[in-house]
Amino acid sequence: MADRDYGFRTRAVHAGNVPDSATGARALPIYQSSAFVFDSTEDAAARFALQKYGNIYSRLANPTVASFEERVASLEGGLGAVSTSSGLSAQFVTFASLAGAGDHIVASSNLYGGSVTQLDVTLRRFGVETTFVASDNPADYAAAIIPGRTKLVFAETIANPSGDIADIAGLADVAHAANLPLIIDSTIATPYLCRPIEWGADVVVHSATKFLGGHGTTLGGVVVESGRFDWSNHNFPLFEETVAHYGGLTWYGNFGEYAFLTRLRAEQLRDIGPALAPHSAFLLAQGVETLPYRMQAHVDNARRVAEWLEADPRIETVNWAGLPSHRHHARAAQYLPLGPSSVFGFVVKGGRAVGQGLIENVNLASHLANIGDAKTLIIHPASTTHAQLTEQQLVDGGVHPGLVRLSVGIEDADDIIFDLDQALDAALKGASA
Amino acid sequence: MTDTATVTLANGLTCDIPASSPLAKLLKSQRTWVGPSAKERLAILRRAKSIAIVGASPNPARSSYFVGTYLQQSSDYRVYFVNPNATEILGQPAYPDLASLPEVPDIVDVFRKGSDIPSVIDDVLAVGASTVWVQLGIWNEEAAIYGESKGLTVVMDRCIKVEHARFHGGLHLMGFDTGVISAKKQLR
Repeated sequence: MADRDYGFRTRAVHAGNVPDSATGARALPIYQSSAFVFDSTEDAAARFALQKYGNIYSRLANPTVASFEERVASLEGGLGAVSTSSGLSAQFVTFASLAGAGDHIVASSNLYGGSVTQLDVTLRRFGVETTFVASDNPADYAAAIIPGRTKLVFAETIANPSGDIADIAGLADVAHAANLPLIIDSTIATPYLCRPIEWGADVVVHSATKFLGGHGTTLGGVVVESGRFDWSNHNFPLFEETVAHYGGLTWYGNFGEYAFLTRLRAEQLRDIGPALAPHSAFLLAQGVETLPYRMQAHVDNARRVAEWLEADPRIETVNWAGLPSHRHHARAAQYLPLGPSSVFGFVVKGGRAVGQGLIENVNLASHLANIGDAKTLIIHPASTTHAQLTEQQLVDGGVHPGLVRLSVGIEDADDIIFDLDQALDAALKGASA
Repeated sequence: MTDTATVTLANGLTCDIPASSPLAKLLKSQRTWVGPSAKERLAILRRAKSIAIVGASPNPARSSYFVGTYLQQSSDYRVYFVNPNATEILGQPAYPDLASLPEVPDIVDVFRKGSDIPSVIDDVLAVGASTVWVQLGIWNEEAAIYGESKGLTVVMDRCIKVEHARFHGGLHLMGFDTGVISAKKQLR
């Protein structure tokens, strides 16, 4: 074993995939097995009691899934990771591990629509109340914290479609001053562009379906934890109480810095059950191998497309924080020096009719509800991803009714621009006809 | 009994405080003693054939029981338990002290509070063992420096189960970052 800190590109290819000791398989084997045999009854008892490491059942852990988890943990600079069947389930197991009935969450109002409904509908029905902060100022998050009830602070590195950038270090200070963890959804940024743990975040969640996989074929989610948060600070008594169903251990007492992730796997995956499928983990891990190259191509193309749109007289505004006109341009330069990813909104002059006409007339960009594919994707948020939100929630989330969201792919930038150009022409002709 | 850590305050004085306290964590940043690197820890584990656990507990909820179970079942080490108040731990005899063991262990793994570490080091030196491994959450910098001055290899504030599992696949199976990048087959 070399005593060396390997670089990001090396770890994207190698982390979590040491050749199998039995077969020497160089590619990541797909362990398509629901369960794993025990060596003996003694071995089974020790695995169930968490006294030794070992596979039991693929809802809890699976060797293929473990490779994907270690790879993402390595790239994020975290202690480890637990992966799930989707990004929403990664968030859910995280929230469920920290907040219960009567508890409170402070979250950005500028979240993905599915995250808003998870907090505002399902978790609220379970007795967890969320205050959505419609501000980019950490002081407003501090004001929303209810001492003794608030359990976590939650925001996205890059919000969409507003393109707003979270002040991660400022939010971390606010959360830590109240002995709370900062949880950051970094789906759009990916660890290539921003590693929130380096800015003070304690937990990072991803929809791996997006840029991490990169191919638009596979659903998955992942939770990465820093190992730095003090779960014995008495705000989280479940970490210090005796756990009867695991032989009287205490999560913090027995596992220390490993407590959060061990509990997330042994309690939340056990009880809630959104395991990542081994074949999905293989596809996602394969995608991560090229993450640095794809993300660089995504931001390079996003810059070309955003600059072209901003200079075009048919366009009103472009919400890409890589542009000096964006209100978070300085934050983007601080937290995402290589560029603020490639998902952003823009508003077409002529409003809703021209925006819809644009989407009807694109030929290369795919009209669908996803982001982070290698292909350029386009959608009208107010009628699709954000359709379940009220008018006020739309405004709080920065969604103009005529706004179009773009996820710039890795095709030739000239071709993406050509497609948008001809579709804008056709949309304007249609609107004036 | 709360595990304690011996910390060095800003004025240079040392004191014992609960290892889990915020102050102990804060003062981690003031540590000056640096233990063996990941590569050196792996070499220590590869060289050793036997491990004695001082402060081993027969209580299945204690961390030492987890470590004992893991070493018995997931490694090839000869494992011995030292606890003067126990007769049997994990199906093996518990020995009253290091001197009573049937062999000199290669590694003495310690679950004792920080202020007890100097006397444990004297016991380790008396039997002639070469490595003392002080467990996760226990810190006594003066004792570590003392042990090294007597020729001991010292590891401190590390879990021997976690470190062994880091290089032998266990930690990886649970999704933790092992830091291992290698095109060689996994160690068995």
